[in-house]
Amino acid sequence: MKSWMPTTRRTFLRASLAAAAAAHLPVALHAQQGSPIRRVIPSTREEIPIVGLGTWITFNVGDDRVLRDESAAVIAAFFEAGGRLIDSSPMYGSSQPVVGYGLQKLGRPSTLFSAEKVWTSSSAAGPPQIEQSRRFWGVPKFDLLQVHNLLTWKPHLQMLFQMKASGAVRYVGITTSEGRRHDLLEQIMRSEPIDFVQFSYNVVDREAEARLLPLASERGIAVIVNRPFRQGALTDRLKREKVPEWAAELGASSWAQLMLKFILSHPAVTVAIPATTRVDHVRENLSAAAGPMPDPVMRERISAHAKAL
Amino acid sequence: MSEWWTYRPEDFLLFSSRVYWRMFELHNAELWPLQVLTLAAGLIILLIAWRGIGARWLALILAMLWLLVGWSFLWNRYATINWAVAYVAPAFAIEGMLLLMIGSLLDALTFHRRGPARGIGYLILAFALAGYPLLSPLQGRSWASSEVFGIAPDPTVIATLGVMLLSRGRLLPVLWPIPVLWCLLSGMTLLTMGEPQASAPLAAVALAAAVWVGTIIRERGSPSPA
Repeated sequence: MKSWMPTTRRTFLRASLAAAAAAHLPVALHAQQGSPIRRVIPSTREEIPIVGLGTWITFNVGDDRVLRDESAAVIAAFFEAGGRLIDSSPMYGSSQPVVGYGLQKLGRPSTLFSAEKVWTSSSAAGPPQIEQSRRFWGVPKFDLLQVHNLLTWKPHLQMLFQMKASGAVRYVGITTSEGRRHDLLEQIMRSEPIDFVQFSYNVVDREAEARLLPLASERGIAVIVNRPFRQGALTDRLKREKVPEWAAELGASSWAQLMLKFILSHPAVTVAIPATTRVDHVRENLSAAAGPMPDPVMRERISAHAKAL
Repeated sequence: MSEWWTYRPEDFLLFSSRVYWRMFELHNAELWPLQVLTLAAGLIILLIAWRGIGARWLALILAMLWLLVGWSFLWNRYATINWAVAYVAPAFAIEGMLLLMIGSLLDALTFHRRGPARGIGYLILAFALAGYPLLSPLQGRSWASSEVFGIAPDPTVIATLGVMLLSRGRLLPVLWPIPVLWCLLSGMTLLTMGEPQASAPLAAVALAAAVWVGTIIRERGSPSPA
């Protein structure tokens, strides 16, 4: 069994910078206490906070005014805590108009980094779907457009590259989730000039560590991690379990923070996108993006502990 | 299209349980007091089936309620959180039109059923009318989110299964597929949500289908009158 060494802010900084240097992936850290750490998008060197906001299920509340206002409060707390990237998809029911509703209530924050997807089996239906999504969000254009779950990926990716060339979108990416079709994803990461890739990675599902994360570092592709809590299943499973005492050394007071820190401390990860319906949870998630991060030994300890429970 | 096989039922569950049950609460509040009328319509259906007179009126009432539920609940409400329902809502319109044509215009349904189908038919119809609204408070949810016959799809469809068990007619088989498919779809959705209520539409359709198939087998096996 590996020995464990206490992780301090200094040792985390040293470990992260060393890991990033080894992976040729710059890591930018905010000096001020409490601000979320930022990572660099390799293709442009733009910095972005490492915790974003997912909208899968949580923002699909239809026309329910009470729940729409709750979602808007989550978006407000997200920006207040320093978050920037919000990710959605046409697949997520009413999530897109609900995001647009929240943004409108906030006066359309200029710090927003909008990440959307194209999700249709028809290549011809891609552009009108993107335009519909843009109207739902109420943004002039998206920062990032991704091909959702590799669906009809070839024609959609070519269309997105053309949009990027014409300035209609800033970044292009592709997504999968829950370990689906990693072989094809790897092939696309090797052959296509994408800026972002999105897949699932968490304390339990660690297949991405073997090939996808190292490949993203090697190819200079930013990584968005979805399902950081396995769609809430991990936090539900662990909510009755006591958070280990050693979590305090990382400034983590909950399992959610500990599991997020595990993901965020991988140097190839650019942003993780937990989804929530609660303001306290979004604040908790953003606070996990600040302070000390686990070193490789501590990461193994977090994963082993969570798996054992 | 090869990509579709990678999806699982959970991937199409786009909403939380909280959003799903609040949807009924909002719908009930918006349509109140229409529930009183739809439940009264349910009692009229029960009465017509019991007396065996006025089958075309029964079919007309049921057809109207299928059209109402398809349009007001599925199309205008449920489809906002579940895009797949936009493709299902027209099936409710089709079933409504079939009921209208077969039961009302052609007057091709009669209510003189005997044997197990009669008892089970009344049981299912009574459960849809009186039992279904109780499921919400029995599971710790508010009365306001109760699913009411003629307003919510599940009790409306299950009541139709009961009516079909009670009825006879050469064109009756045409009316079965859509209610059966809806019960399976609704049951699977609730099952994926981890809701115990999944057993209600699944048990209703399993019981109704078993009794109907048994009735057909028995009728085909019995000697024809001279």
